[in-house]
Amino acid sequence: MWTWNNLWHWAGHPLSWPGFVGMLVGAVVILLLALLVVMYSIYWQRKFIGWMQWRIGPNRVGPWGLFQTVADVLKLLVKEDVIPANVDRTLFLLAPIFAFVPAFLVLSIIPFSAHHVFTANIGIGALFYVAISAITIHGVMLGGWSSNNKWALIGGMRSAAQMLSYEVPLGMSIVGVVLMAGTLNLNGIIAAQMHTVWYVIPQILGFIVFVIAGTAEMNRTPFDLPDAESELVGGYHVEYSGFRFAFFMLTEYVYLLAMGGLMATLFFGGWAGPFLPGWLWFAIKIFIFFTFQFWLQATLPRIRQDQMMSFSWKLLLPLALANLVITAVVKVLV
Amino acid sequence: MFQYWNDYFFVVLFLLLGIFLPVAAIWVLGPLLRPKHPTVAKNTPYESGVEPVGDAHVRYNARYYLFALMFVVFDVETLFLYPWAASFHQLGLFALTEMLMFILMLVIGLAYAWRKKVLEWS
Repeated sequence: MWTWNNLWHWAGHPLSWPGFVGMLVGAVVILLLALLVVMYSIYWQRKFIGWMQWRIGPNRVGPWGLFQTVADVLKLLVKEDVIPANVDRTLFLLAPIFAFVPAFLVLSIIPFSAHHVFTANIGIGALFYVAISAITIHGVMLGGWSSNNKWALIGGMRSAAQMLSYEVPLGMSIVGVVLMAGTLNLNGIIAAQMHTVWYVIPQILGFIVFVIAGTAEMNRTPFDLPDAESELVGGYHVEYSGFRFAFFMLTEYVYLLAMGGLMATLFFGGWAGPFLPGWLWFAIKIFIFFTFQFWLQATLPRIRQDQMMSFSWKLLLPLALANLVITAVVKVLV
Repeated sequence: MFQYWNDYFFVVLFLLLGIFLPVAAIWVLGPLLRPKHPTVAKNTPYESGVEPVGDAHVRYNARYYLFALMFVVFDVETLFLYPWAASFHQLGLFALTEMLMFILMLVIGLAYAWRKKVLEWS
């Protein structure tokens, strides 16, 4: 007996053709949603930073400049795709894909709403995120190396060093949450927070480490050394143009969305909240995260390379370890 | 069981879609829309507007070599911590002591690296 419900209830049933179609629709919806969010987060970034710097921001294309990013994307699509001489051609062409695919893949486990139609409810959720997001380093490094450009090489090398260093505190700060919830499943973590409080309160130390390490993982200000415009002209993507460049940018902003989703899930109760529907709560929490990131970008100067490396190993890592020990001991005592 | 695999199948679907989008945009849709007029000057690597000096595929001093070694140690450690954390409420005091000893050993390692000035970026 076929009903519309077959489409949306693939989780928990043997896989059927309607279920498969439902899955495909779900994945495509998330893809389109991600593209839309990326476009409007860039718009919001420019507008918000504009206001902070006493400017107006984009206001020419469409009402209040709302179609500015659409115009930018179309421009990138019709731009010539310059492949410089002497590049390592295969790697140069593949690098943006290496960077983008894991960024999109981690979205598959972020619980955007209470009902798992659009994302997968897998048991190892938190670990899956950390594991897959680390693959992006390869895309960035390959892009920097294969460009045969000195700026790109330095940018790629810096990027690898930075992402390696901040991967460790990021992973450790998540362990604190896993310890409290007793599960790696992201939905389980949300459920555990519904019984008690949002984990941002008991895990405040882990939260601080998570936000700082997450900002560094995404190469955002004040940790935007890999693509420091004023010293490296653009870092690992100097030689990229047109849509290949667009995919590097897309990667960055998809990670912003994914990291916001992960943060909301781990520390702010995910889609749980009173009165409003779950997806709206989730959107609000992600929006606050976006705004916070753009605020940082408008406020903080870039830190120095040596400061950045020692900050991770000498401060964040011991803090994350201390948080872990405290959480474990308190959990045994209470 | 099927419930378990369904979710992973969904992840694979995301993987395929994630590969499909850039391939479609760069290799299929792109060539139809964008111009292609390569010239010699356009294809030289960018080096602040001057003629590039030499090649960038050189032996580059990867300063983060030691950091990478440290990363391997601590990332594997984190990997051990995940299953411990997930099943902590069943394991109790014994597992806590074991893991505290494990963490202590790694802290000693970190302190040693710190003292040996491995953590300096110089």
